[in-house]
Amino acid sequence: MHTLRSSTLRLIRPPCRRYSTAAPSAASRLNLPIDYRSSPLLHHSSASLSNNLELPESTTSKSLNMYQAINSALRTALTASNQVMLFGEDVAFGGVFRCSMDLQSEFGSDRVFNTPLTEQGIVGFAIGAAAEGMRPVAEIQFADYVFPAFDQIVNEAAKFRYREGNTEANAGGMVVRMPCGAVGHGALYHTQSPEALFAHVPGVRVVMPRSPSQAKGLLLASIFEHNDPVIFMEPKILYRAAVEHVPSEYYTIPLSKAEIVKPGNDLTIVSYGQPMYLCSAAIAAAEKAMGVNIELIDLRTIYPWDRQTVLDSVTKTGRAIVVHESMINYGVGAEVAATIQDGAFLRLEAPVKRVAGWSTHTGLEFEKFILPDVARIYDAIKQTLEY
Amino acid sequence: MSLNLLGRFARSPRVALNRVPRRWSSISQRPGSDRVQFPGAVNSKFTTEMSFINPTDLPSIPTFRVMNSDGELLDPNRKPLGVSNEEILTWYKNMLAVSVMDVVMFEAQRQGRLSFYMVSAGEEGISVGSAAALTPDDVVFAQYRETGVFQQRGFTLKDFMSQLFANCNDNGRGRNMPVHYGSKYPRIHAISSPLATQIPQASGAAYALKLQSLQNPDIPPRIVACYFGEGAASEGDFHAGLNIAATRSSPVVFICRNNGYAISTPTLEQYRGDGIASRGVGYGIDTIRVDGNDIFAVYEAMQEARRIALSDGGRPVLIEAMSYRVSHHSTSDDSFAYRARVEVEDWKRRDNPIIRLRKWLENQGLWNEDLERETRDKMRKDVLKAFGEAEREKKPPIREAFTDVYEEITEEAEAQMKELKRILETYPDEYDLRQYQDGVKGI
Repeated sequence: MHTLRSSTLRLIRPPCRRYSTAAPSAASRLNLPIDYRSSPLLHHSSASLSNNLELPESTTSKSLNMYQAINSALRTALTASNQVMLFGEDVAFGGVFRCSMDLQSEFGSDRVFNTPLTEQGIVGFAIGAAAEGMRPVAEIQFADYVFPAFDQIVNEAAKFRYREGNTEANAGGMVVRMPCGAVGHGALYHTQSPEALFAHVPGVRVVMPRSPSQAKGLLLASIFEHNDPVIFMEPKILYRAAVEHVPSEYYTIPLSKAEIVKPGNDLTIVSYGQPMYLCSAAIAAAEKAMGVNIELIDLRTIYPWDRQTVLDSVTKTGRAIVVHESMINYGVGAEVAATIQDGAFLRLEAPVKRVAGWSTHTGLEFEKFILPDVARIYDAIKQTLEY
Repeated sequence: MSLNLLGRFARSPRVALNRVPRRWSSISQRPGSDRVQFPGAVNSKFTTEMSFINPTDLPSIPTFRVMNSDGELLDPNRKPLGVSNEEILTWYKNMLAVSVMDVVMFEAQRQGRLSFYMVSAGEEGISVGSAAALTPDDVVFAQYRETGVFQQRGFTLKDFMSQLFANCNDNGRGRNMPVHYGSKYPRIHAISSPLATQIPQASGAAYALKLQSLQNPDIPPRIVACYFGEGAASEGDFHAGLNIAATRSSPVVFICRNNGYAISTPTLEQYRGDGIASRGVGYGIDTIRVDGNDIFAVYEAMQEARRIALSDGGRPVLIEAMSYRVSHHSTSDDSFAYRARVEVEDWKRRDNPIIRLRKWLENQGLWNEDLERETRDKMRKDVLKAFGEAEREKKPPIREAFTDVYEEITEEAEAQMKELKRILETYPDEYDLRQYQDGVKGI
């Protein structure tokens, strides 16, 4: 009976699953499952790579999902420098999300290894190694479990260079990777995105990629191009879902630089990470229904962030919406909205709207009502344009 | 499915599982074996006697000492220290220097000339004795009551005073509270107030030093020395740091200063086990308890700990050095609110590391009352001179409030610096900038 029911469901709507995730009503027009295979946000062919000026020219590429792209970035980093080391819980066998597959056998258990199950220990260990000139890449298994390491990140990593002063010692070589965000059934402790908490801390950089090619370029930039501690958050729903062509060689994408993903004139949407796909779908629907032209910006680095690109865009469009998955109260949207209000006040034709998680916890069966979806973004577009 | 996956990976030669050291050779129990073959505890014998281990039934870990409180070496057959008398005299003077500076600076704080101070009375032997066993290339992470480590490793009076007065010569660029010293070489990482955070950092730093020597044989093997008090050992970072050092075989020596108090909290409210040393054994770490008032015992233990730490490809070591915090916790603390004055006086009189070494030196004919008086007078004068000079020095330029947050100043910080400058220029009477290098131009 059970099997019959699910197979029937599959026939009706193939991507549909029995989890609470993506079970829109049969009549849904907006809240459809994201089809990553056709999303304009991904490089579906190697040809489209060359249109992107940030990616290396004339390169070989491979179609990779996000965990494979991260694996490729880590392999590239471990090859490029023997200062790079990779550790965390269950990293040695390949990681619970497969990001460190085969790396221990390739680079040895001195540089790729498991740690005891202690988040404060992992980050403290990384700070110490970085302080002695290494480039440690530490993994926290889920962003939900980074809080035991909060003291080490906030009081230690972030303030290390500042308090050392003339001695010039610093923890800048470290990167802390962590899977974040919702997957549909992660409930309270496999869903969180604590980027706003880190963005309140001077001294750390906070980065979140939206795609495999971004993940590789931003991760390599985080490891090699900055001597500041980086919190690197990986939307785990994209690990397998988002597939695109990724250049095979070493390349970096600059931190603290936003990307205008789609130009437009009537409204600016600012987002990052997985909600970029929701924004893209909502924009397609709104442009079709309302005959408007919407600009979509991917922040990529949440702190220190690219204010100018956002302000230039809003100065042009006069309207803005900020979209993120983590909850609205004191979230990234608050900082972006306040900055727009301050820097583009005379150009604003509508209040800056924030579409984000409600200020509650992500109870298992309620996720789809709590997190932003295409319908809510669509509605925000409509309200902002009609204001 | 996950079971199948694991099975496949376990057989695959590409996967590194085989390279990870394992404690057991087979999952199954050998028939008739008298001991357990669980992966989590190998070589544990079976017993039919149900017997809980009561820690109070175990003997307390002994305290290693070399000389008694009269400055006499206890074991006539022991091998010589291997340290010259001149060097021992330097240790003595370094302990004395710390103690002289402590008295002057404590008073200076009482007079309001300094915002804060912490003395290390009673613990000079631990810091000087252990630091004497380090090479200049070894790296130190400290808590805050290790002034003797800085003194022994060449920190000058000017360095101390510049930090205490947060002036323009301060290594910390005027950012840290007094006593939060930091040294570039020999490297002692800048002290931070959060307790025990340095412990897992020391484990990671030691691992880095080990890796660097493995990767480049020209780099001599080095260790990390990590200091903390018995109160800090209650923090989660102590557990994290020791456990991770043991599993990663980090060449780090943990030195716990067990001085009986964490501010007002006596050890009976801090722990119920046999001090901190008993825990080291639980983590699989070589451990010793030493008499912290005996600088020879501290030195010898540290020297051997350093050797052990560099053996077998790296091993952490724990030293618990017993002492008594003779002083108040800090200038913000009146310790007679929670302990009897007579107890403190008793400890001061009965035993302390400086008097003990002085007796040894006098027994050897290397020291006397006149030398003591002359040296103390000179040290006091030097401290006062450095004090006066540091006090008169300008504070660092105001831009240092914003630099070093990131490697480069961010656009946001630049805008905020500009705004602060505008405020300072618009309301010049509201801010006294005379003390700061370059005044308003310093931003």
